[in-house]
Amino acid sequence: MKPSAFDYRRPEQLDEAIDLLGELGPDAKVLAGGQSLVPLLSMRLVAPKHLLDINRIAQLDFVSCGADGVRVGALARHAVLERDAGARAVQPLLAAALAMVAHPTIRNRGTTVGSIVHADPAAEMPAVLCLLGGSITATSTSGRRTIGASDFFLGPLESALQEGELAVEAFFPALPPQSGTAFAEISRRHGDYAVCGVAGLVTLDDDLRISVARAGYLSVSPTPLVLDLTDAVSGRTFDGDLSAAGDFASAAVDPEPDIHASADYRRHLVGVLTNRVIVGAAQRAAREIMANGARQALPMPGAQP
Amino acid sequence: MTGSWHELTLIVNGVPLRATVPARRLLSDCLRHDLGLTGTHVGCEHGVCGACTVLIDGVPMRSCLLLAVSVDGQAITTVEGLAGPDGELSAVQQAFQDCHGLQCGFCTPGFLTTITAGLIGCPDPTADDARDMIGGNLCRCTGYQNIVAAVLRAAELTRAAAGEDADAAVDSGQAP
Repeated sequence: MKPSAFDYRRPEQLDEAIDLLGELGPDAKVLAGGQSLVPLLSMRLVAPKHLLDINRIAQLDFVSCGADGVRVGALARHAVLERDAGARAVQPLLAAALAMVAHPTIRNRGTTVGSIVHADPAAEMPAVLCLLGGSITATSTSGRRTIGASDFFLGPLESALQEGELAVEAFFPALPPQSGTAFAEISRRHGDYAVCGVAGLVTLDDDLRISVARAGYLSVSPTPLVLDLTDAVSGRTFDGDLSAAGDFASAAVDPEPDIHASADYRRHLVGVLTNRVIVGAAQRAAREIMANGARQALPMPGAQP
Repeated sequence: MTGSWHELTLIVNGVPLRATVPARRLLSDCLRHDLGLTGTHVGCEHGVCGACTVLIDGVPMRSCLLLAVSVDGQAITTVEGLAGPDGELSAVQQAFQDCHGLQCGFCTPGFLTTITAGLIGCPDPTADDARDMIGGNLCRCTGYQNIVAAVLRAAELTRAAAGEDADAAVDSGQAP
C-alpha cells in the first residue's frame, strides 16, 4: 500500500508545466487533488515515472461565473466550487451534485476538473458536464483546444486528452431560462460511489408545460449517458403525471451487473431516480417562473403590494 | 530506481520540522515515521476510513491521500496539537471523555481533527449536522451514538468557554 518510486516536479507557472509535460512524455502523470490518483498509486494500479504536481500553479485556481456559465480552473477544489455563491446562482446543479461527491474531507482537496479527467463512469461531475453540454479546455506545447463533453469520455477511466495535454479548465453552461435542475443518487453508504445516480434538467413553456426534459446518468454505462426524455413528457404540466420519463429511461439503459447491484436493480433505480429528478427539476422551474411573474406584476420595485 | 528525494519543512502544530523524504512518501507516513508523531493513525490507507485526517492550513484532509512533498511549507495540525500547552484537553477531547465517544481509540484522532475544524464552520450543530460532519469517518466500536453526542457536547463546551471569556473581559473592563 505504498506508491512505487517516481520523480516529482512542482512547477509554479503554467508554461513551465506544459513544457515539462511535453518533455517528460507518456511516463508522466499530473497530480492535482490526488484523491483518486494517490489511492491508485498506493495500490500500484498506476506507476508513473514522473509526477507533475500542479498544486502551486496559482493561475489555475479559479471559479469564474458569467451569464453564459461557470468556468472552473484545474485547481479549484470541489468544496470551493460547491460554496461559490455565483456558481450556485448561474448553475444550481453544480452544488446539488457536488454535495454527493465523496465526503467533505475529500472535497476539501479533490478538484472538479481532476474528477472529470479521471473519467470514472461512477463519478458525479462527468455526468453533470455531459448533461449540460459543457466542455474541457486542454493546453499543450502544440496549442490549446476545447473538447465538448460528448467527445471527452471515451471509456472507463479514459478521456480524450492526448499525451502532453493538460486540462486547464472545465466550462459548465448556465441554467437556461424557465428551467430547473435536480440531482439524486443511491449508494450503499453516504459518500460511497453511487449504485446509480441521475442529474435532471427541465425547461417549461409559458403555460408551465414541459418543453425540454433531459437526464444524465452515472454508474449505468461505461461513459456518462445522457437521455433526451422530451418525447416522453412533452406538453405535460409541471405538476402532472411525469412517470413516462422513468419508464422511457429504464427501457433505454443497458446497465452491467456487479458485486453491488444486479442489472435489473440498476434499471429499476434508473426509472425511480429519473422520475424523482424530473419532478424536482420541473417544480424548481415552475417556482422560478412564478416568482419572476410575481416580480413583474409589481407596480414598481420595492413598492408595497 | 528510488525516485527523487526532497528536503521539506512542515509547520506541524506550530513548530517547523524538517525531513528528507522520497517523493513517494505519504504525509501520514512522514508524520509517523520521519517526524515520530504517531498520534495520526493509518487505517485503510486509501481514503475511506478517515483515521488519518489532519488539518492542512486549518482544513481537514486525509494524510494518506497526500504526498508529504506536496504540502511542503504548509501548516499541519495533528491530534497532538489539539490539547492546550499544559496538556489540558480541548473542548472536543473533553467532550469525547464526557460522552464516552471512544472505546479502542484507533479512529479517534481522525474524529477529533475533523470535528475540531467542523465546529468552526458549524458552531451550533443539530444532531443531523453532527452526523454530516462525521459521515466520512469510520468507527467500529461505538456505533456512533456517543460520538454524535460528543459533537453536540463539544459545541456546548466551546460556547460556554466563549461566554466565560466574554464575562472575564467584562470583569476586567476590556469588553467594548
